Amino acid sequence: MRSQARRGRAGVAGSERVADSIPIATGPARATLADPTIETETKTEESLDLPWQVIVHNDPINLMTYVTMVFQRVFGYPREKAERHMLEVHQKGRSILWAGVRERAELYVQQLHGYLLLATLEKVE
Amino acid sequence: MDICRRNDELEISELDPFLAELLRQIPASTNPEESVSAEQRLFSRPAAEGEKESCAEWKLYVEPELRKLFRTATETVAADLQQLNGNERTFANRTLRIPAGHADAWLSALNQARLVIAAKYNFTDSELCDHYRSPIGSRRDLSLFQVNFYGFLQEFILREIIGCGETRAD
Repeated sequence: MRSQARRGRAGVAGSERVADSIPIATGPARATLADPTIETETKTEESLDLPWQVIVHNDPINLMTYVTMVFQRVFGYPREKAERHMLEVHQKGRSILWAGVRERAELYVQQLHGYLLLATLEKVE
Repeated sequence: MDICRRNDELEISELDPFLAELLRQIPASTNPEESVSAEQRLFSRPAAEGEKESCAEWKLYVEPELRKLFRTATETVAADLQQLNGNERTFANRTLRIPAGHADAWLSALNQARLVIAAKYNFTDSELCDHYRSPIGSRRDLSLFQVNFYGFLQEFILREIIGCGETRAD
């Protein structure tokens, strides 16, 4: 375990097992360790993507209770939170319902359109 | 007209011929026909106008799915409305029973109809807030009444079947 500590932590889940598999110079006359392997965290393509926002715009036709129900269903928000967003849409003209990776944001917008709400996807500047 | 929930059904009874006719009009009212504004409202853009690629992809892949979704809901409602087409006397009051399992289809069809009618007539905010406008003296007045009547039904379905209560805007 000590040698592992000297090698530094890999920063990944199950690091003990990973560390065991890190190559160590095992020549007959050498008991020293190889140069430490430094693992750097790399970001996935998704996390490199700038967050996208799901925005719902005001519409005088859709009922307030209906909009609240849609927010609860699509985002799984509790009723109070769904109502807060609904009122923001009603009073300010728009509300940011969710922010994150593009793929998921697109899915939310698609669902919202299925309920006939005015929803758009916008990139966070 | 009397409206109540009975077990797993929503029952609209004592429907006079006028309201029965408005209900029969729901499927036809969901059709944007030649109205560009109604079509644009049902199939609104998913992103800002500048996002041409996203909008084009959406039109190609997502819009057909949405059309199918809306059509399926309207067909369910049209099938339920067959109850109003019996051989009873034309002017007799009727009863319509909507299964609770069809609640989502009804919410969708009523919403489609309200959005299409409102887009076609371009109602102002004050017109839409005037729930007690009477008498009905023009086609526009009738369409506004239709929007409000369908909204009333939506509210009832939301409260009785979906379980959403009143929300206060103040």
